[in-house]
Amino acid sequence: MAKLRLDWDKVNKARDAAKQIAEDTHNYTQQFTTSTVERSICRLLGIDGVDAMDVPLPNVVVEHLAARQLLGHGTSFWLGQAAISLGKEPQEIAEMITGGELDLSQTEPVDPFEIRLWAEKKAEEAVAKIHHNRIIREEKLREYGDKTGPLLYVIVATGNIYEDIVQAKAAAKQGADVIAVIRTTGQSLLDYVPYGATTEGFGGTMATQENFRLMRAALDESGEELGRYIRLCNYCSGLCMPEIAVMGAFERLDVMLNDALYGILFRDINMQRTLIDQSFSRMVNAAAGIIINTGEDNYLTTADAYEEAHTVLASQLINEQFALKAGMPEEQMGLGHAFEMNPELKNAFLYEFAQAQMARQIFPNAPLKYMPPTKFKTGDIFKGHVQDALFNMITVISHQQIHLLGMLTEAIHTPFMSDRALAIANARYIATSMADFGDDIEFRAGGIMEQRANEVLDLALDLLQNIKRDGLFRTLEEGKFAGIKRPFEGGKGLAGVVLKEEQYLNPFVDLLMEEARSGSERYHQHKKSDQGENYE
Amino acid sequence: MSSGLYSTKKTDFDTTLDLTRLKPYGDTMNDGKVQLSFTLPVPDSEVAVEAAKQLAAKMGLVEPMVAHHAPLDKSYSFFVVYGSLGHTIDYTHIHVDSVDVNVMTMDETDQFIQDNFGRKLRVIGASTGTDAHTVGIDAIMNMKGYAGHFGLERYKMIEALNLGSQVTNEDFIRKAVEFNADVLLVSQTVTQKNVHVQNLTELVELLEAERLRNRFLLLIGGPRITHELAKELGCDAGFGPGKYADDVASFMCEELAARMQQ
Repeated sequence: MAKLRLDWDKVNKARDAAKQIAEDTHNYTQQFTTSTVERSICRLLGIDGVDAMDVPLPNVVVEHLAARQLLGHGTSFWLGQAAISLGKEPQEIAEMITGGELDLSQTEPVDPFEIRLWAEKKAEEAVAKIHHNRIIREEKLREYGDKTGPLLYVIVATGNIYEDIVQAKAAAKQGADVIAVIRTTGQSLLDYVPYGATTEGFGGTMATQENFRLMRAALDESGEELGRYIRLCNYCSGLCMPEIAVMGAFERLDVMLNDALYGILFRDINMQRTLIDQSFSRMVNAAAGIIINTGEDNYLTTADAYEEAHTVLASQLINEQFALKAGMPEEQMGLGHAFEMNPELKNAFLYEFAQAQMARQIFPNAPLKYMPPTKFKTGDIFKGHVQDALFNMITVISHQQIHLLGMLTEAIHTPFMSDRALAIANARYIATSMADFGDDIEFRAGGIMEQRANEVLDLALDLLQNIKRDGLFRTLEEGKFAGIKRPFEGGKGLAGVVLKEEQYLNPFVDLLMEEARSGSERYHQHKKSDQGENYE
Repeated sequence: MSSGLYSTKKTDFDTTLDLTRLKPYGDTMNDGKVQLSFTLPVPDSEVAVEAAKQLAAKMGLVEPMVAHHAPLDKSYSFFVVYGSLGHTIDYTHIHVDSVDVNVMTMDETDQFIQDNFGRKLRVIGASTGTDAHTVGIDAIMNMKGYAGHFGLERYKMIEALNLGSQVTNEDFIRKAVEFNADVLLVSQTVTQKNVHVQNLTELVELLEAERLRNRFLLLIGGPRITHELAKELGCDAGFGPGKYADDVASFMCEELAARMQQ
């Protein structure tokens, strides 16, 4: 592959600064748990379903504990105590709570050591379930083989899961590799996860565990027919980030949108809440072998893509360090960026190319997610198709991994079946026609692109060093990302942040990290043996 | 593509422009040429092609031609169709309710506000309801603006407050009163199942219920918003695609000045 000559000393410095930022933030956030982290633990422990008022049982249990100021011990502690003293399963305990038959503050005290043993055993069962799904994915990928070029990623967004399935299967047939089910507008601000199959939504479909299951089954069916593994993507973001990670791990999703800062900036979710939630959600995603997609592309829909390009690189480096802290290996870090420069800007293509190429070189093992133009789509579908073609070229030349396809009808409507087919045809044409172009060119030393990449790198380094000095929280308060200012105590969901007591119990952390580690080891072994075969 | 589809047959229609009988133009006056594409939920086949042709004929296309057809899935097929439209429109009798305003530059607007109001105008904006998209409101309000048109935050004589997305109508009104706004800007991007219509109707009803409707100039914008729709919903103006901050600023200046004189 052609390479830009980057100043690697600066790259290393920038990475070190990001590491320190993640470390400092983590030292603060690890003192806390949140309502949704505890609800995700309920889910991991097997609690599911809703009460007569449609309130999910994980919410019932966590609200029950919060009302009694007991959350600081961790849900596992109280469920463990009740389970041992009553001889019941977590689901039965949750049902008793919702029936008003049980008060967890009144259960007979049990030796904390016993509780810990119970919790660890339950946690092992849950992680075994996640492991099982991981193995199914690995076996399917081995059976069918995995694609080496960019994975073609398209969205479905009808609002009705059954209609989504029709669209998704058609898209898979046309050549899509990843199907993302867009979430209904507003779900990120719900402090609970809706239940069951859903057929109503605006601009997308509810993320529910049943919807995940239905789509997974449909894509497995398509995959079998086509002899390809079709990846499923959803949104692990908003006020229920870790719960959605658990649902995805249980239903074998493959890709999850999961950004450390997105909710803070774009959904006005409290910064402490989001940073705590992202940590646990990333551990779950890491263990489940799910590729996360970070949301840097969103900065550029708000701020100017040329002027603010360095915030993308800075955020990618921060997201990388947060992911590492959660035990996530590089091959699961779908760091994001986007093709969003003004088409009227002279040499915009060169600047976009430089940015994509730089990201490829700085994160050589990450399955980078590259987002198509949206901001300067006008409704002129003919021009839109050309914009997408330029974007597709950069994707192919600079070896981006997750290739989110642009739609010629962007800015008009959620994609028609035919829009998706045209987008896939466009991408495939370019992928074939320009397959080895990136390996057959060289960048001119000191040329426009090299200069541009190093300029962005300089600015990103400056920004990261400032953040390191001021702390991530203050940086967010001052509006350094996407020009959006957020107060430390402002935004939604702060009430769900709870200080951990000394006896706080979460039996999952070590097990999830270990699952992520061993999964990554298998990945590298297979990769090595695959390459071995290729060389023979 | 020529009007004769590569045939040398002479055109047998009158090629003078008659605005009372307006029709589309391909490469010859009154050839009526249009292009369209659509999907049919049937397998790609000769029968499907004939179905596409017959549908095009029902739309009023004379001699429809299926230029391209391809399967999208087992039971879906895609068509690109060309044809000559038989229908005409009397252009001389069309009435459109549009925002009719002399668009001023940013400096002219600032001067106009200085001269006519002697104080800054206060504008509050949001993408309201469940809509999570800020691209529209940002394009109008952010300092940087959009496509070379500076946003309202850049205007010296405008105090602009952008509340972002997913603002409830109740919060929006409360903040507008607190801010002592002159103008309310509402952006609506998500329009699936006409959710924007419901949401805007609710906003107007709330304003009326609190007797605040006349206190503010209420302007709405978005990809599916027209001036006509805005009026229908009880708003003061609507701005669709291709309208920028200067259009909005000019309209609100003129309108507020006119109201002041009344």
